[in-house]
Amino acid sequence: MSSTNFEKYKSDGSLAGNVLEWVDARFPLTANWKGHLSEYYAPKNFNFWYFFGSLALLVLVMQIVTGIFLVMHYKPDASLNAAGVPVAFASVEYIMRDVPWGWLIRYMHATGASAFFVVVYLHMFRAMLYGSYRKPRELLWIFGVFIYLCLMAEAFAGYLLPWGQMSFWGAQVILNLFSAIPFVGDDLALWIRGDYVIADATLNRMFAFHVIAIPLALIGLVAAHILALHEVGSNNPDGIEIKAKKDEKGIPLDGIPFHPYYTVKDIVGVVVFLMVFSIIVFFAPEMGGYFLEFNNFIPADPLVTPPHIAPVWYFTPFYSILRANTVNFFWIDAKLWGVIFMGLGVMILFFLPWLDRSPAKSIRYRGPIYKGALAVFVVAFVILGYLGMQAPTPAYTLVSQICTVIYFLFFLLMPWYTRIDKCKPEPERVTQ
Amino acid sequence: MRMTMLKKFLIAALFVPLAVLASEGVKLDRAPDRSTDQAALQNGAKLFVNNCLNCHGASFIRYNRLKDIGLTEQQIKDNLMFTAEKIGEPMGISMSRKDAKEFFGAWPPDLSLIARSRASESGSGADWLYTYLRGFYRDETRPTGWNNIAFPSVGMPHVLWELQGEQVMGAEHKLTLARPGKLSSKEFDDAVGDLVAFMVWMGEPQAQFRKQLGVAVLLFLGVFFIVAYAMKRAFWKDIH
Repeated sequence: MSSTNFEKYKSDGSLAGNVLEWVDARFPLTANWKGHLSEYYAPKNFNFWYFFGSLALLVLVMQIVTGIFLVMHYKPDASLNAAGVPVAFASVEYIMRDVPWGWLIRYMHATGASAFFVVVYLHMFRAMLYGSYRKPRELLWIFGVFIYLCLMAEAFAGYLLPWGQMSFWGAQVILNLFSAIPFVGDDLALWIRGDYVIADATLNRMFAFHVIAIPLALIGLVAAHILALHEVGSNNPDGIEIKAKKDEKGIPLDGIPFHPYYTVKDIVGVVVFLMVFSIIVFFAPEMGGYFLEFNNFIPADPLVTPPHIAPVWYFTPFYSILRANTVNFFWIDAKLWGVIFMGLGVMILFFLPWLDRSPAKSIRYRGPIYKGALAVFVVAFVILGYLGMQAPTPAYTLVSQICTVIYFLFFLLMPWYTRIDKCKPEPERVTQ
Repeated sequence: MRMTMLKKFLIAALFVPLAVLASEGVKLDRAPDRSTDQAALQNGAKLFVNNCLNCHGASFIRYNRLKDIGLTEQQIKDNLMFTAEKIGEPMGISMSRKDAKEFFGAWPPDLSLIARSRASESGSGADWLYTYLRGFYRDETRPTGWNNIAFPSVGMPHVLWELQGEQVMGAEHKLTLARPGKLSSKEFDDAVGDLVAFMVWMGEPQAQFRKQLGVAVLLFLGVFFIVAYAMKRAFWKDIH
């Protein structure tokens, strides 16, 4: 949907019309409105799974707006105040207690972080269900994986800011991973922390990353993601190209204008999402310790290591993969293998468009092998996520090792099992 | 096939929290819920100021915040405000950190957020505090002469011993009252219930308002949903 083929707006003589014509002669306003909304044709058969893209955009905007208000009152300062509490920790409680509506803004931001990952994980799962990463949408998928990477960095930096025990010791575990890299590791970890331990310097740079650097990258990537989507057009639950069948005006037969059809439909999705979101914010903001960890209500104390350090739930599948590596192998330390596999676990997502060799895109027309593989993959991923929250035991470690192998085999064997799978023929037109 | 995958996913999602609940060993007593009982919260505030606020601070609670539990400024000034000059000051203590460490071996932690930080898989923070404050027993091997079932080798002596009396560790790891205190065991449990309710309140003073507002927000969203859904239906009438 290139935005250059649209005619410039001609005024009907009214004041508003004249203003619009003046603007449109100088800025591609109607071209963008039409190209991205009123004449962007989306398949008419979107189902439940297609709500999560617009919801991710909603959460991004919500995080930015609530974040702006939090920055007005938050202080990235690890020194102790008169009562012996770190200033950063105290400023968060100041927001919770003394800033008008501060508690609501803070809970929205904290719940929003988890909501972002819920929505993005479901959005990515949708792509795996319907083959949305396949040609011609490879670059769209790659932008998406970059967004996911940025999101992880953003969440990690943000989690340090309340300066509670889990903020401190979680960051300690993760930043120490850099020291596993041979030769340069210790110097690299020191350079990233800005001190020999997690300290005020670390807090301040994470604050800079969290409020400026990563959000800028994130917004740019989201724009690229949407532009790429509108260039190639949306996939759909049938995994067929609606652009293959057009009417005489060049409009896809199975396409409907995004606005108003999907704007009004997405509003319904937004309201349902906000209901679930509100139930958490107003009635269970800690979400049983999954969204706000109980230990994080204790100020960071470099001298007291908590008995059990667990990252927040959205990192735990990869944390499990890290811990599943317990064997020194090929003269390489187990810790370094863990870091390598954790990194590969995310990086392998970039190659998904080329690993999948199935003739059908959508799960509706794929054979039993892919359906089974995807089901096993999802179960393994959930188990890894669960085990990442638990203190390791020999049995848990074994299970996480098995699940790690399943995780990687799902991707590495994909070129083979998708090719031998018995797919059903795809339909000519989309089905309801 | 799509159903089986969904089923597996749902089963996994259902069992994860159950497994978490099953994994803990310590059995905590359930604290009574008195979060909306103003008389209980006020009694809890009295117990807190008289017994806890000499060593522990509550630096995130300002004295005038106690108006939220139904007290007037004058009542607060006359009965509760021992450690500050102005009503807007936080509930601090005058003992220095250094002295505290010398006296007790550790700095008595600030209690503003204790109820939130003590929550775990085995129970809420209130449950833990309720078990802990009633769980002191005589142990001559400890420097203070006291130990605790919920917090083994605790640094704090039994501050409420005059009220509860003295418990000893009996057979099968059960506590028995060796010497009664001023209160009967039922009265003491009741008083600790009030104190715990106040500490829960300190953790998040606006919690009750949060829940009330949540009901209003959900009602609004319910109406909004009906309108949004009707609008979607109207626009999509002709799409087949």
